Amino acid sequence: MSDLRALRADFPILSREVNGKPLVYLDSAATTQKPQSVLDAMNSYYENSNANVHRGAHTLAVEATDLYESARTKVAAFIGTSPSQLAFTRGTTTAINHIAYGWGLHHLSEGDKILLTIMEHHANIVPWQLVAKYTGAELVYLDLDDDFGVDTSELDKVLDERVKIVSFSGMSNVTGALGPIDVLSKAAASVGAISVLDAAQLVPHTNVDVEALGVDFLAFSSHKMLGPTGIGALWGRADRLEEMEPAEGGGEMINVVERHASTWAPVPHKFEAGTPPIAEAVGFGAAVDYLSAVGMDNVVAHERSITAYALDRLSEVPDLTIYGPKDVSKRGGAVSFELGDIHPHDIATILDQDGIAVRAGHHCARPLMKYLEIPATARASFYLYNVPEEVDLLVESLHKARGIFGLV
Amino acid sequence: MAGLDELYREVILDHYRNPRRKGTLSGDHVHAEGNNPSCGDEFFLDLLVEDGVVVDAAMLGQGCSISQASGSMMMDAIVGQSVDDIQDLAGKFRIMMTIDEGENPVDEERPGSVLGDLEALQGVRKFPVRIKCADLAWTTLAQALDQTAS
Repeated sequence: MSDLRALRADFPILSREVNGKPLVYLDSAATTQKPQSVLDAMNSYYENSNANVHRGAHTLAVEATDLYESARTKVAAFIGTSPSQLAFTRGTTTAINHIAYGWGLHHLSEGDKILLTIMEHHANIVPWQLVAKYTGAELVYLDLDDDFGVDTSELDKVLDERVKIVSFSGMSNVTGALGPIDVLSKAAASVGAISVLDAAQLVPHTNVDVEALGVDFLAFSSHKMLGPTGIGALWGRADRLEEMEPAEGGGEMINVVERHASTWAPVPHKFEAGTPPIAEAVGFGAAVDYLSAVGMDNVVAHERSITAYALDRLSEVPDLTIYGPKDVSKRGGAVSFELGDIHPHDIATILDQDGIAVRAGHHCARPLMKYLEIPATARASFYLYNVPEEVDLLVESLHKARGIFGLV
Repeated sequence: MAGLDELYREVILDHYRNPRRKGTLSGDHVHAEGNNPSCGDEFFLDLLVEDGVVVDAAMLGQGCSISQASGSMMMDAIVGQSVDDIQDLAGKFRIMMTIDEGENPVDEERPGSVLGDLEALQGVRKFPVRIKCADLAWTTLAQALDQTAS
């Protein structure tokens, strides 16, 4: 196992206790913990350089602007692109809304289709429902194959020139399944549709070279990759960003404002109305610095080995059903499961008494839950700071849950 | 683990696995639906109220042991009772889910207000995030009773 154990010391929260037990944090698919370097970078910004960006000639304003823009450069470099193609947003959800309102609303009309997959997070469903409502377009879904991957075998039946947008996840936050990025981006291009990649789970857990993916847009969040909440990124192909309208208007995003009309600032600033989350951008930059220093290849190797170990250990627990691919080359580290007739909320409560944090519920993917015909799952998700002993504690606690509920 | 023992009492697991009055009513009745959007728990309630008395009731639901057991126990507690007594019971249930430990919320003076099995849900108070689970059936009941009042 690629051992990143020493990194745990960089995360202050990992040394705390919960209910008298050492914290076992297995909810990184919801949000990740933050290393000291991220916290320090944000504090240092407020202690030394706090000012508004892109306005004012004083020293602090210049420093704040430099810090903000250098964070953009770092985050862009992390996914292999230029800072001119990366807009900061509030997160993945906001980035997808930007595409929906800034591109979808202006390019769709009645009878057009938006192609999604059934494993999407609500963030990649609801914005398109809104666009469909306003334009008369309709949503079409691809189902899953037997191994929880997106079934692209029937793609030809739904793909035609009325499809204008293909939007899909790179990695399911429920099943951990990787999305068929290559197939769907090519399918979109073949009918002149744009492809949108929800990379909220993908960028934190894989080596992403965005220019090589073949998609038109990509969205991801800082807080799922060791950075703060409240910031994320929207990447787009240069020509797509140019043709996209701003979804929000205000200060910062303009060139000239007249009484009745305005012109926009150049990309990416035209998508950043109002004072941005500056400290958060600085923290985001520090987070990608941290991940780059560890090396994403090491992160991937570590997650694969701990996920394989978890799948192996969990399969030993009687009555436990895993919802997701068993092959670690087809998946990430989010492992959803059910345990007999014990409801996932009850599992989460019992695990919490042992200091173990897992997510229970529909994971903001209710259509997927309906499709799988389950009301909810419990989900353990892993990141670079998790160690195999934590998997052992999870398994031990699941046995305890079986005992409390009288499963034999 | 004392907390977990108090939370998952045998009577709760029994109601969870064998919910009382599961199903729907046909004919005249009021219907209310409750859900907790954050967790997906659902509770559907049919009530037949005649002359101020709940004469029949049926429930369908899905969710955690606490939400479903609370609903099942509620069914046992309300059928055959007057709406006034049920309102009283609901008030006592709310108090039980919020009062400090040690106080006895149960008032034996009014026959309709005895919590009975429902007292098993006292353990939920130690798990504040789960109180909304126990409340789901009762907020659904309030909706249903509102309909009978109008």
